Amino acid sequence: MEKEMICIGCPLGCNLIVKVDGEEILVSGNTCPNGEKYAKEEISNPARIITSTVEVKNGELTRVSCKSQRAIPKDKIFDVMKEIRKKEVVAPVKIGDILIENVCDTDINIIATKNIKKEV
Amino acid sequence: MKYDVIVVGGGVIGCAILRELSKYNLKIALLEKEEDVCSGTSKANSAIIHAGYDAENGTLKARFNVEGCKLTKQLAKDLDFTYINNGSFVVCFDETDMPGLENLYERGIKNGVEGLEIISGEKARELEPNLSKNVYAALYAKSAGIVCPFEMTIAFGENAIANGAEIFLNTKVEKIIKNDEGYLINDKYQTRCIVNAAGLYGDFIHNLVCEEKIELSARKGDYCLFDKEVGSLVKHTIFQLPNKFGKGVLVAPTAHGNMLIGPSATDILDKEATATTQKDLNMIIEKSRLSVECIPMNKVITSFSGLRARPSGNDFIIKEAADNFFDAVGIESPGLSSAPAIGVYLSEMIANKLNARKKDNFINTRKGINKLNKMDKETRAKLIKENPLYGNIICRCEEISEGEIVDAIHRPIPATSLDAIKRRVRAGMGRCQGGFCSPKVMEIIARELNKPLQEVTKNNSASLLVYGRLGEEE
Amino acid sequence: MKYDVVIIGGGPAGLAAAISVKKQGIDNILIIERDDKLGGILNQCIHNGFGLHTFKEELTGPEYAQRYVDKVLELDIPYILNSMVVDISADKKVTYVSKQDGLNTIEAKAVILAMGCRERPRGALNIPGYRPAGIYSAGTAQRLMNIEGYKVGHEVVILGSGDIGLIMARRMTLEGAKVKCVAELMPYSGGLKRNIVQCLNDYNIPLLLSHTVVDIKGKNRVESITLAKVDENRKPIPGTEKEYKCDTLLLSVGLLPENELSKLADVQLSRVTSGPLVNDNFETNIEGIFACGNVLHVHDLVDYVSSEAELAGYYAAKYILDKKEHHKYLNIDVKDGVRYTVPSKIDVDNMEDRIVVRFRVDNEYRNKSIAVLKNDEELKVIKKRVLAPGEMEQIFLNKNELHDAKTLTICLKEAQ
Repeated sequence: MEKEMICIGCPLGCNLIVKVDGEEILVSGNTCPNGEKYAKEEISNPARIITSTVEVKNGELTRVSCKSQRAIPKDKIFDVMKEIRKKEVVAPVKIGDILIENVCDTDINIIATKNIKKEV
Repeated sequence: MKYDVIVVGGGVIGCAILRELSKYNLKIALLEKEEDVCSGTSKANSAIIHAGYDAENGTLKARFNVEGCKLTKQLAKDLDFTYINNGSFVVCFDETDMPGLENLYERGIKNGVEGLEIISGEKARELEPNLSKNVYAALYAKSAGIVCPFEMTIAFGENAIANGAEIFLNTKVEKIIKNDEGYLINDKYQTRCIVNAAGLYGDFIHNLVCEEKIELSARKGDYCLFDKEVGSLVKHTIFQLPNKFGKGVLVAPTAHGNMLIGPSATDILDKEATATTQKDLNMIIEKSRLSVECIPMNKVITSFSGLRARPSGNDFIIKEAADNFFDAVGIESPGLSSAPAIGVYLSEMIANKLNARKKDNFINTRKGINKLNKMDKETRAKLIKENPLYGNIICRCEEISEGEIVDAIHRPIPATSLDAIKRRVRAGMGRCQGGFCSPKVMEIIARELNKPLQEVTKNNSASLLVYGRLGEEE
Repeated sequence: MKYDVVIIGGGPAGLAAAISVKKQGIDNILIIERDDKLGGILNQCIHNGFGLHTFKEELTGPEYAQRYVDKVLELDIPYILNSMVVDISADKKVTYVSKQDGLNTIEAKAVILAMGCRERPRGALNIPGYRPAGIYSAGTAQRLMNIEGYKVGHEVVILGSGDIGLIMARRMTLEGAKVKCVAELMPYSGGLKRNIVQCLNDYNIPLLLSHTVVDIKGKNRVESITLAKVDENRKPIPGTEKEYKCDTLLLSVGLLPENELSKLADVQLSRVTSGPLVNDNFETNIEGIFACGNVLHVHDLVDYVSSEAELAGYYAAKYILDKKEHHKYLNIDVKDGVRYTVPSKIDVDNMEDRIVVRFRVDNEYRNKSIAVLKNDEELKVIKKRVLAPGEMEQIFLNKNELHDAKTLTICLKEAQ
């Protein structure tokens, strides 16, 4: 299998060519070691940090922004989003508060990225 | 519900007539199909009070324009709407155009226009330094002006309400039945008399009642509006003398300090087709540069198009078309300028017919929404002290406060949509075109009218802005 | 009231500037913020990718903002919210409006402009068609979604590949909307490459380069958008039109520094950036008025905004503490692909030992060099594999290299 991808490590955006031959992953087109690392991860376990918002009750705002504590495997992103959409929390919320624990059995938590005070 | 007179259509014509009728001892109402008055032709036009040299001598257009131009000055003071007597030029570019310009001058004098003068290109450029060097001569009309058509229409409507009139919004007239007492509209509104001021749909309303059918067609005009930064590029309204290359376009300041160019003139079939086209926009840009070479296209903040109702003849149709059914239709340019005079004329005609007498307690003046950014420091500070909402700026480009928006929502004609707010207080009318303030204005509307934010619309009920809350099933 | 330093705007630039002023030992400061929170537009930028340079970790916008807000609180820096500055005079009188203070004028020894920027609206592009509901600048849609919590659209076309547009393409997709495509007028993207990968490629959203909107249909809500290819003069090519059914058009077609206030204070603006022209102290032509952040020039990384604002704050403090007068400037000229520089001039005698000069290029370039010419001779050449208008570049200048400079030019040249 041969795959083209753009490295997102830095603004250079190198065009990478990745050859997968069984266990072996061969990367070319990169100009630095980070490119190789990125490409290998993209092939073996592509994952992304997910950011969204969660409904808050009794807060100064009605949504609290959140993120996955670590990168979520790409094929689970929409399942995770479903959970986030369903979730409701109650103010106050502080940055780092766990909003959803072990989301979709990924062993990754969804945490708050904003402080939401109680509505006065 | 029983009325003496019902006006169909809440444009500037309908509202001007309603206001004049409210001087009499009559029970009157106005029906408007949209969520706000001033939602059709009246909201998208050149916003010019013409001097009155344009229309053929002896026409209704000529008569009402010249009278309307004179009336507007005083009305703007009485009813607190923005009007500036800036004067206009009709420019020509060649010596061979002079007979045309002189013709216009003669016609103006015959029509009773005061303060007309033909001036040389040099003189014109002295008065208007950014005028093209190719301008050969100009017809200078000192009595011409510019107006805020929204404020004007709303002022008429609100003053009428203060004098006992009723306005029903979101009320589309679909059925009119003649009966012994006059007419029954939509099986609900009984009236002795109808005024048809339904703009583009004036033919539909007319044809519901009258034997002799009429047809109105739509003519579209595209405009570009420029940032206030270049609002003083011209001080006068600059028209072009129609010649063999066409009618020409205008370059004008607006009553609120922007600059406007346009309109194009394209006949269209769909009476709701207010879409601008690249062709028309290109045309107005190109033509406007004949008058003012340095039109800065990078300062355009929006473009829009307006539709005019074209009668099959060349004049307004203003008459009693059936017993106690009065038409005020086919009001193309100079309709805005003529509105005050049409109001006086028709209301007198109807009052005569119905034997109505003038009230002695008519309220002649109306106060508009406070404009804090136009006030001196002390008055502004005092008002904020009285109502702190005047201190919370919502629209940063036009410097409009929460207090002004709340005022607009609770006026006699309530502003319930984003566009209605924009027309009244100019929030969202500025250079960012509502980018920053529209979510906040939506929130204020929802709060003040006690409804969910997703029910706040741009204008009519189908113009949804958002689709419910995130995470909510639809 | 009299203040030493008044900072207009409590976004990332204003906060970093204020902290820096305070650290120089000046306490009599005031931050004036128009919104009901400090942090500015970062509060709605809930995506990650902020702070890699500043904090060596990847934060979301609200988290990045909170770090600065916490610092402001910790240092006890005075600020007022819901307060809109409506006037600044050249003699540094600042007038603002608020519920609590009404219309209030204060005096400042120094003013730091940090008002940020605004999005270019549809009107500026003169896109023909109807004007229905459902046309949003990307930032407005972002606020409606991320702060207010509303669904903005189901089927979306995005015009402009600026970063906010790309971020919103992903955001709306995650919330269940179908983003049909992103159209870009230019032959290259206006956003960061990593955003194209993460926001578009990840979700199979096509990026149509050299395309623009030629018609908008829908009388009430958007019903469809017609795109067409454009030629090299950016004019639509007849026959290439394609209609996309959708209910939403997002515009991400550029940001404009918001300098209406600066103009009131007679601050001279660059015709290229629309931001103030500043010297190496981030001081405008009006003595004691400084500028930083997106009001000065639009940045792609907030980290750079913070570091720039920190310097502006430092120099504003220095201005008050030891009034230096600038007499002689060396202008930085630009040519051959370089659009502008910030600063645009340097007071060599009084400059720091080393300064950073930031700029943007006017096109996409490969294998070029950035050249600094002193007295028309090469002072330094930095090889670059890729240069793009969407990415801000920077070079460093040293004082000891410039003492004999009569002219200084930054340009692009073929790489050797």
